[in-house]
Amino acid sequence: MNYNWNWGIFFEASPEGTGTYADMLLSGLIWTIVTALCAWVIAFAVGSVIGVMRTLPGRVPQAFGNAYVELFRNVPLLVQMFLWFFVLPEVLPESWGTWLKQMSNAPFYTAVVCLGLFTASRVAEQVRAGIQALPRGQRMAGTALGLTTAQTYRYVLLPNAYRIILPPMTSEFLNNLKNTSVALTIGLLELTARARSMQEFSFQVFEAFTAATLLYILINLVVVTASGLLERRFAVPGR
Amino acid sequence: MTSSAMPPPATAPEPQRPGAGAPPSSPVAAPLAGPAPAAAAGVPMIAIDQVSKWYGDFQVLTNCTTSVVKGEVVVVCGPSGSGKSTLIKCVNALEPFQKGQITVDGTKVVDRRTNLPQLRSRVGMVFQHFELFPHLSITGNLSLAQRKVLGRGREEAEAKGMALLERVGLKAHAHKFPGQLSGGQQQRVAIARALAMNPVVMLFDEPTSALDPEMVGEVLDVMVELAREGMTMMVVTHEMGFARKVANRVIFMDRGEIVEDARKEDFFGSPRSERAQTFLSKILSH
Amino acid sequence: MFANFDFSVILTSLRYLFLDGMTFTLTLTALAAVGGVVLGTLIAMMRLSGLPVLPQVAKVYVNFMRSLPLVLVIFWFYFLVPYIGQWATGAERPIQVGAFTSSLVTFTLFEAAYFSEIMRAGIQSIPRGQAAAASALGLTYWQSMSTVILPQAFRNMLPVLLTQTIVLFQDTSLVYVLSITDFLGAASKVAQRDGRLVEMYLFAAVVYFAVCFVASLLVRRLQRRVAIIR
Repeated sequence: MNYNWNWGIFFEASPEGTGTYADMLLSGLIWTIVTALCAWVIAFAVGSVIGVMRTLPGRVPQAFGNAYVELFRNVPLLVQMFLWFFVLPEVLPESWGTWLKQMSNAPFYTAVVCLGLFTASRVAEQVRAGIQALPRGQRMAGTALGLTTAQTYRYVLLPNAYRIILPPMTSEFLNNLKNTSVALTIGLLELTARARSMQEFSFQVFEAFTAATLLYILINLVVVTASGLLERRFAVPGR
Repeated sequence: MTSSAMPPPATAPEPQRPGAGAPPSSPVAAPLAGPAPAAAAGVPMIAIDQVSKWYGDFQVLTNCTTSVVKGEVVVVCGPSGSGKSTLIKCVNALEPFQKGQITVDGTKVVDRRTNLPQLRSRVGMVFQHFELFPHLSITGNLSLAQRKVLGRGREEAEAKGMALLERVGLKAHAHKFPGQLSGGQQQRVAIARALAMNPVVMLFDEPTSALDPEMVGEVLDVMVELAREGMTMMVVTHEMGFARKVANRVIFMDRGEIVEDARKEDFFGSPRSERAQTFLSKILSH
Repeated sequence: MFANFDFSVILTSLRYLFLDGMTFTLTLTALAAVGGVVLGTLIAMMRLSGLPVLPQVAKVYVNFMRSLPLVLVIFWFYFLVPYIGQWATGAERPIQVGAFTSSLVTFTLFEAAYFSEIMRAGIQSIPRGQAAAASALGLTYWQSMSTVILPQAFRNMLPVLLTQTIVLFQDTSLVYVLSITDFLGAASKVAQRDGRLVEMYLFAAVVYFAVCFVASLLVRRLQRRVAIIR
C-alpha cells in the first residue's frame, strides 16, 4: 500500500489555529458525548411515557403511542434531521423561524431534539415490551392493594420493567451515541465530522479515521462496563 | 388434601338457578336459596347481584347472585374455566362486568362516585401466583401500599408489617427478597401483605394451587387461623378439607353459573346437582 | 404556512427522483441485503463452529462493526476501497472505484455484522437434536447445515431479517455524505437547485415513510403466518 503514514500528525497544529489535530478530535469526542447524553435524557423521558401509553387500557393513548412509534421509526434519521433543521424554520410563523435560524449552536440543539425524539420511539418499544413481559398478576396485585394506575406503574411495573430491559436499553444508548454522527450533515462538529475535517486539511485520512475508530471503541467499552455495573447494582436478590 | 367421605349417589338431574327461595334441605331438584339460613341473619359484607360478564361474544358469567355476610367463610369451587376466579376478581373490580351489581360493605362497585382504590384497599386479595413485587424486600412489599394508599408513615407501616410477619411465622425473613423464599413462604407473605391494609374482607384466588404439595399445609394453616378469628373470607379453592374445616357455605360454579350455593353440611351431605356430584367425586376420589 | 407550497417542483422532478434516485437506493438495498445475509450467515457459522480462533475472529469482527457509526464506516471504505483494489489487482496506483461499488462494499460488510447476529440466534433456535439426527444419517457438516439447519434457521428468522432490511433501506440514505444520487440525494439536489427544501424534504419523508410502513405491515403479517405454522 503506497500511502505515506504520518502518526505524528496528531501533534501538529490544525489550521483552525486553536490547537493540534489531537485537540480537534478530542473536542469532537466531547460534542459526541454531550449530544448523546442530552438526546438520551429526552429519549428516556419521552420514550418511557410513550411506552407506558401503549400498555394502558384506553384506546386513545394506545393509538397515540403506536402512531408515534410508527412515525419516527419509518423515516430515516437523516431525513428527520433535515426536516428539523431545514424545513421546520420555514413552516413555522416567520418570526419563530427567523429566531430558530439565528440561534447560535443550532446544529447542536437540532441534533439533540431530533435524536432524542427518534431514539424515544426505540425506547418506547423496549419499555412496552418490558411491561408486557411482566406477569399480568403484578398489575392486578398493585390494583388490588388500592394503588392507583399511576402508582402501580411508578412503584410496581416500571421498576421491574426497567430491570428487565437494561441490556437492550444499553444497545439503544449505544445506537443513540453512534447516531450522533448523522448530525454532521447539519453541521454538528462531532467526532466523525472532526475526523473528516482532519482528513481534508491534512490528507492523512487513515490516521484520522483510525483515531476516531479507537475513540468510538473506547466509549463503547466504557458504556458496556457501566451498564454491567448498573445491572449488578440493581440486581434483585433471589432471581 | 383428600377426604374420607365419598359423595352420595346422584339424585338431582338438573342444575339449579340460585336466588329463588325454597326449603334448603330438599334433596331433589329444588331451586336453592341464596345465603344459607344460619348466615342469612347477618349483615351482607359482599352482595353479588345478577352479575353477568362477556369476553366479546363469549359469556363467562351468567346471572351470578350470592352474598357473604360478616364473619362468614365462603368457599367457591368448580371445574377449571367455570368462572370462579373471574367472579372473585369482579368483587374488587379487577375484572369489569357488563351487567348486575356488586356491593362491598355498603359501597357499590359499579358506580362513578365510588373511589375504587379506596374500596380495594379495604378488600384484601391473595393470588394464585402470590404476585409479590420481586424488586422490593419483604418489608418493602408489606409497607408499599400502607404508605402510598393509607398514608401511613414508614415506621408505622414497617411495625405493622413486622407484626403480621410474626403472625405468619416469617419474621426472620423480613429483609429478604421474594425470590429468596419458597412458594409457601411467599404466599404467607402475600397474605400478610393483604392483612396489613386492615381489610374488612379477604378474597383468596386459588391460593394453594401453584404450590408444591408439601407447602400447601403451611398456607392453609394460616387461612384456617384467620377464619377462626372471624375474618370474612371468600375463597376460590379445590381444598375440600379446608372447606370442611372452616367454611360456612360452599358455592359450586360451572360454565359461568352458580349451580349450587349451600351450607357446608348440605353441600357435602347431599349436593343436589349432578354437576356438583360429578365434580366432588372427581376431586375427592384420589 | 404552506401558502407557497409548490407541488409542481415535485411533479417535474418525479422522473429524476425515482428513475435515478430510487433505483440506486433499491438496487443498493437489495444487493447489500443479499450479500449481507450470505456473509452474515458465514460469520455466524464461524462463531458457532467450535474450531480454534475462528469464533474469536468472528466475534471481534461483529463487535468492531457494531461499535462504529455507519457514517464513519462509509468514509472509511470510501477511502480504503481504492487501496484494497490496488492491492487486489496489483496495480501501481490506488484504483478508481465508483460510488456504487464503494457503497455496496460498505453496506455489505457493515450489515453482515448485524445479519450475523440474527442468523446466530436463528441457528441456536434449532434444537440440537436436529444436527444430531443429520449426523446420524451420515450427512457432513456442510450437508447438514445447508439442507437441515440453515433452511429452518432462515425460515424462523425471515421476519427479523426483513425488518433489518427495512433498516438497511433507511440507512442507505446516509450515502448522502458522499454526494451520491440515491433517492434522498436526488431530492436534495433538486431542493438545492430550485431552493425548494420544504417541498423536497417533506416529499422524501413521505415516500420513505410509505415504503417502510407498508413493508413493516407486510413483515408483521408474514410473522403471524410463520408463527402459526410452527
